[in-house]
Amino acid sequence: MVNRFLKKLYSFLIYLFLYAPILILIIFSFNNSKSRGSWGGFTLKWYGALFKDSQIMSALYYTITVAVTSSIIATLIGTAAAIGIYSMNRKQKNIVMNLTYIPVLNADIVTGISLMILFIFIKLPLGFMTLLIAHITFNIPYVILSVLPKLKQLDNNLYEAALDLGATPWYALWKVIIPEIMPGIITGALLAFTLSIDDFVISFFTTGSGVSNLSIIIYSMARRGIKPKINALSTLMFITVLSLLFIINSRTNKNSQRKEDVI
Amino acid sequence: MTLNIIELKNVCKYFGEHKALIDMNFYVRRNEFVTLLGPSGCGKTTTLRLIGGFEHPTSGEILFEDTNIADLPPYKRKVNTVFQKYALFPHMDVYDNIAFGLKVKKMNKSLIDKKVKEMLSLVNLKGFEKRSIDSLSGGQQQRIAIARALINEPDVLLLDEPLGALDLKLRKGMQIELKRIQQRLGITFIFVTHDQEEALTMSDKIIVMKDGRLQQIGTPEDIYNEPENAFVADFIGESTIVDGIMHEDFLVEFAGCKFRCVDKGFGKKENVDVVIRPEDIKVVGSDEGMLVGMVQSVIFKGVHYEMIVKSGNHLFKIHSTKMAPVGKQVGLIIEPNDIHIMKKERVKDEE
Repeated sequence: MVNRFLKKLYSFLIYLFLYAPILILIIFSFNNSKSRGSWGGFTLKWYGALFKDSQIMSALYYTITVAVTSSIIATLIGTAAAIGIYSMNRKQKNIVMNLTYIPVLNADIVTGISLMILFIFIKLPLGFMTLLIAHITFNIPYVILSVLPKLKQLDNNLYEAALDLGATPWYALWKVIIPEIMPGIITGALLAFTLSIDDFVISFFTTGSGVSNLSIIIYSMARRGIKPKINALSTLMFITVLSLLFIINSRTNKNSQRKEDVI
Repeated sequence: MTLNIIELKNVCKYFGEHKALIDMNFYVRRNEFVTLLGPSGCGKTTTLRLIGGFEHPTSGEILFEDTNIADLPPYKRKVNTVFQKYALFPHMDVYDNIAFGLKVKKMNKSLIDKKVKEMLSLVNLKGFEKRSIDSLSGGQQQRIAIARALINEPDVLLLDEPLGALDLKLRKGMQIELKRIQQRLGITFIFVTHDQEEALTMSDKIIVMKDGRLQQIGTPEDIYNEPENAFVADFIGESTIVDGIMHEDFLVEFAGCKFRCVDKGFGKKENVDVVIRPEDIKVVGSDEGMLVGMVQSVIFKGVHYEMIVKSGNHLFKIHSTKMAPVGKQVGLIIEPNDIHIMKKERVKDEE
């Protein structure tokens, strides 16, 4: 009994430690007082102020445009790549998969700086285009990694069965393979979207003047002192990313559950 | 038009170093039910995949009505396949699965509707159109897979161990049903199995394979009664194989005794394998038999008893409805008809 209580207390403390900062951030985003130390009553005025701030609204526009465009393009490229990798022989597959993992494990700052150097080297002016390319680049591996498991789950004979019934390779791909791996593709797209929305480091190095996403705005505002507006903006970002992660996780769970049902 | 719908000529298939098929030659006649039979890894599925177009031969020709189709992709062949694990499309319902081939051909909707209905009634699954694949039992999925292939009216239907995943009773039922469908539609079936009983029950012709090589082609009766070598004899049904010496035509010696037989054309004093089916040995009193031996073990098998009788240094497996107790001396009688003489494998290879 005591043992169980201790276990619960322990997990509670860990989660408190993890979430307390975010919780305080959220609470203070509703604080009527400008002071960070005292509670001056509940208000939504900081949220209102956000939408009147043209700088923030422009950052929101860029964030969403980049997230949507980069996740769509990364999903197309990543899915095609996953299908290609799937049909490689084992040796080729190992090489390509390692190449896929490296950008995922690489420190963001290294990716960011190397992309920046590359863009400068090829004389591509830093701005919206470079930001978009950078986001597509770091998103592709995540799409590959969410599509590939779905391909591995496929019955090996499905594609052959489609060919056998008269389908050309393209027809078989569109009507049989793509619909089968669609859950993985959607998960990959959501993941790419989420990563793009909350990316700071890579964006910071690959964008140019006049083009900022929300993370960069928060960073530059914070340098001039933490205003409650930042709390409100951070809260909104946190909630967006959190809900996206919930969707992704519940999708993954549902998929694995369905697989267990079949077995 | 030739009678042969499919013919393999000197077909070899290598996967890197591994020789999956070595010099396969056989033909399949129109409307025949042909079975490729052999232990796992013998190359029977590879043979089927070559005919289906999923693999291409390393060398040799695959003729379809006298045209070489060895390099033709599967979607250009008038052949359909029922896969071992059915390979039904899980995201489509039963109707869409069966209609797939016709939709590829852009057939009009009302005709597709009609044909799908016909197919469902052929496989006894009327009214299953809207069911999802997940909701079907193994046997039902099996039937859908057959319907999905047959709706394309293929000239040849390939079946890769389609009954392997079913339980014994369902299997027996499907064997009969497949045979019925084949006879009713008059389609050539090429069937792959490792189950010799299944092969004997269903086939017009059996092709026995081992290690990528052809062993024997013949009717079920031929294969069972006149196996060409000890492997075939052992694989098809049970048998006792003993070393023997052929003294002259129609006279063989084994287990220390000379027997009349019906085989001829062997060399003088040639060493041979003698194959005897367990049901062909008659157990009589110890003073009446051609051979005398002692019963080593008795197992009740339902229809018959399986006994092992030791005579000299040889063990004979016997199936009999009459039981002799362990330790009893019995006589054994073998009719000349039931003694099958085979050249030794080793000798055959030296030729």
